[in-house]
Amino acid sequence: MTYLAKPKFHHPGLPKNDLGYTHRDYEGTVSTLCAGCGHDSITAAIIQACFELSIEPHRVAKISGIGCSSKTPTYFLGNSHGFNSVHGRMPSVLTGANLANRDLIYLGVSGDGDSASIGFGQFAHALRRGVNMAYIVENNGVYGLTKGQFSATADRGSKSKRGVTNTDNSIDLAAIALQLGASFVARSFSGDKQQLVPIIKAAIAHKGAAFIDVISPCVAFNNHAGSTKSFDFVREHNEAVNRLDVISGRMPIEVQYAPGQIEIVEQHDGSTIALRKLDADYQVHDRAAAQAFLQHHAAKGQIVTGLLYVEKDADDLHAHLHTVDTPLNALNEKELCPGQSALDKFNASMR
Amino acid sequence: MKNTDISDPQYFHKVVDCQYACPAHTPVPEYIRMIAAGRYGDAYMVNWKSNVFPGILGRTCDRPCEPACRRVRVEEEPVAICRLKRVAADFKEDITGRMPKPAARHNGKRVALVGGGPASLTVARDLAPLGYSVTVFDADAKAGGMIRTQIPKFRLPDSVIDEETDYVLNLGVDFRGGQRIESMKALLAQDWDAIFVGTGAPRGRDLDIPGRKEAAANIHIGIDWLSSVSFGHISKIGRRVIVLGGGNTAMDCCRSSRRLGGEEVQVVVRSGFDEMKASPWEKEDAQHEGIPIHNFLVPKEFTHENGKLTGVIFEKVKAEFDAKGRRKLVNAGEPDQHFPCDDVLVAVGQENAFPWIERDAGIAFDEWNMPKVDEKTFQSSNPKVFFGGDAAFGPKNIIWAVAHGHEAAVSIDKMLNGEDIAERPLPAVEVISQKMGIHEWSYDNQIDLDKRYKVPHRDLGIALKDIKSEVELGFDVNLALKEAGRCLNCDVQTVFNAPLCIECDACVDICPMDCITFTPNGEEAELRTRLTAPAKNLTQALYVQDGLKTGRAMIKDEDVCLHCGLCAERCPTGAWDMQKYLLEVTHAGSSCRPPNPAQRRSAA
Repeated sequence: MTYLAKPKFHHPGLPKNDLGYTHRDYEGTVSTLCAGCGHDSITAAIIQACFELSIEPHRVAKISGIGCSSKTPTYFLGNSHGFNSVHGRMPSVLTGANLANRDLIYLGVSGDGDSASIGFGQFAHALRRGVNMAYIVENNGVYGLTKGQFSATADRGSKSKRGVTNTDNSIDLAAIALQLGASFVARSFSGDKQQLVPIIKAAIAHKGAAFIDVISPCVAFNNHAGSTKSFDFVREHNEAVNRLDVISGRMPIEVQYAPGQIEIVEQHDGSTIALRKLDADYQVHDRAAAQAFLQHHAAKGQIVTGLLYVEKDADDLHAHLHTVDTPLNALNEKELCPGQSALDKFNASMR
Repeated sequence: MKNTDISDPQYFHKVVDCQYACPAHTPVPEYIRMIAAGRYGDAYMVNWKSNVFPGILGRTCDRPCEPACRRVRVEEEPVAICRLKRVAADFKEDITGRMPKPAARHNGKRVALVGGGPASLTVARDLAPLGYSVTVFDADAKAGGMIRTQIPKFRLPDSVIDEETDYVLNLGVDFRGGQRIESMKALLAQDWDAIFVGTGAPRGRDLDIPGRKEAAANIHIGIDWLSSVSFGHISKIGRRVIVLGGGNTAMDCCRSSRRLGGEEVQVVVRSGFDEMKASPWEKEDAQHEGIPIHNFLVPKEFTHENGKLTGVIFEKVKAEFDAKGRRKLVNAGEPDQHFPCDDVLVAVGQENAFPWIERDAGIAFDEWNMPKVDEKTFQSSNPKVFFGGDAAFGPKNIIWAVAHGHEAAVSIDKMLNGEDIAERPLPAVEVISQKMGIHEWSYDNQIDLDKRYKVPHRDLGIALKDIKSEVELGFDVNLALKEAGRCLNCDVQTVFNAPLCIECDACVDICPMDCITFTPNGEEAELRTRLTAPAKNLTQALYVQDGLKTGRAMIKDEDVCLHCGLCAERCPTGAWDMQKYLLEVTHAGSSCRPPNPAQRRSAA
């Protein structure tokens, strides 16, 4: 960490997005996490993704729980809405906010403790319901704030900084998200922004429950030999199935790629994901195959990254509930209390 | 690209833009930090060692350092380096005890210095403490040369010149004031071990157009007129004055005229306002004193009546560029303009003049009537005779004269010790980590966003009444502290140690200027296009270090780095460190002639 605020000066040649902002305009206050924390890289990736998507900061709600990861929303999008909720309760707060105002972009930021232990149930139900959000878990496999105990995502057989071997089985959040019906599931690595930034962009553009498991080494407690979430281990065992580019608007994609090299995935908002396959056999729309692929590679000690699954024609909770297009918080008294005759009509329908 | 070799002293030298741009390579950030710490005496001594005349230069320097200042690229205005130098001179404690002592024993070598200006005094300063018997000859009674005769007192008071020339003369220098050297042959016959010529460019160029002779009584050569004013021979000028020329001498002429009775003083230049040779701040100061500057007017004729000047006729021109991009001034097709006036000051350039050097004295001259002088050693075709300052390569500035003086002194010192003067000494360089704790550095790494502070000026009404009343008042201690805070400490270098790096991206993410990229290595031109922020300033180096685990290389664009050290604060493994790079030019003395070759190498 640093005591100094990042100076306001920026590179004179910094690119601007459609709104006239530079990526610096998407920053928050300076991080107080440990120097070298993977979470800070994820913060930078979120900043870059929002900048590239030309998102208006006031249209974003960033909601988190408790933990190192859940502190990070302070460090990005300083001009967005934020809610630092109770430990493990980010999903329900986010669900409530989303129901009240469907017009915002929801970023749920959580960690492995927050989502795989105390908030495991919350995590499950928000995904199960298809809440329209980008749910990002900053996964370091360790309880950093309490000085390095194994978390629920620590792999069996991996070693703590003090040399203790983990005897518990680990929770693979991406695999569980697949099982729970998330319509967009990805895994990435904080040390690979080229992969992570487009995944975050695609998740934000996705309509429905988008889940990203980001392996994020804890430099203080989980970056040693014997760890399976260290920079070195993840780099050595990273099995990327694809690389993607998110293309906003209607630019002809053939211009950029030779045909046959890519798979095009149309997103609900009109943007396109150009998927460059690294594993020719990997089928990104097959939930069951994705499950099997993950388990098969996990057994070999490999970490599968990339866009693992995306549902064609995905939909979200509002669609399932048939709510009105107008955000509920924008409905006025006249619309909410349509009068005696409407009530009578409704009551009659119940008889 | 190849790995950057940071052990080459030139690499980091270039990063310290101000010091690199300074002809004398004064360690600017070093003394600015001292000023911020209130160590004015220390700041003065750093300057004195490097540029000999901190108080004088702090008022008059042409400041090549300021356009080079990184602050120009980061915001807009450079740090007021020159005026901070003056702060060191103004607020220093008594430093006489810190000056070198006159040599206790002489080494038996006699050196004659012709002219008592900045170049000669620098040579004297460097050689006298080493034991050389140094004699300075000057036609004027007091030392200083053009510093004393041509710079108006409202810019540079005599007291400052006296103080700083005395620091040099008190080193046991034999100053022969009022003794003009009339013959090089005679001087050579006196059997000096070395002769240094620092006689400046003493001849003002004239303007030979109709009416020049007839109206001569009211047409004056700028630099001659300035020195007459300086000596008190002239204390008045007509009510309406035209100054011809666009250099700093012209600015001094017009501003002096304003103080000697000139009520309507105007400057007229041939070329465009923007192409004038005068420093921007000197033009500003003149305009502030109510002096208009007219441009694109070429003087055609002096008008006169009964032998008295009545004005100047100008031809209006415009700039045209030929196919090769060369500019030509052509008639603008407008009628000629007549500017009525009582006096004209001609400040259209200066020339060298060596009437006292007989052309058969054994010193070769070139086709432009300039002595042939080696650009590194300052030696003429007579191995014993050296030239420096304006006398060597034509009119430049004081700081160049100082730089020449140092180099000539090195040559003389080496020559008289029987060494090869073509072999130049390397600078002394030290690189020291500034880390004191996890987030503690021995320099202030917080970046101040303040805009450049203006130097307070004396009230115009008062300033214009007295030609000796200094216009600029200088920064006070508080303003100096604020201005010093603007310095980016470009000498505190970001040093990267690849084997320690775990490629966590923390430095990339925190860098406020997007200077750092981890990417596969490539050719420079192509690499520059795919960095976090494009590196379009080709004059600034890329710092390249490979050997990372992923096979990528760390590329840092030095261009707009703030030297804030956030990369090093954010680095979990200490792969980045902030190290102060201090380069000192080697002056005459034992360090410019190490006793054996082995030691010579270690001087690097």
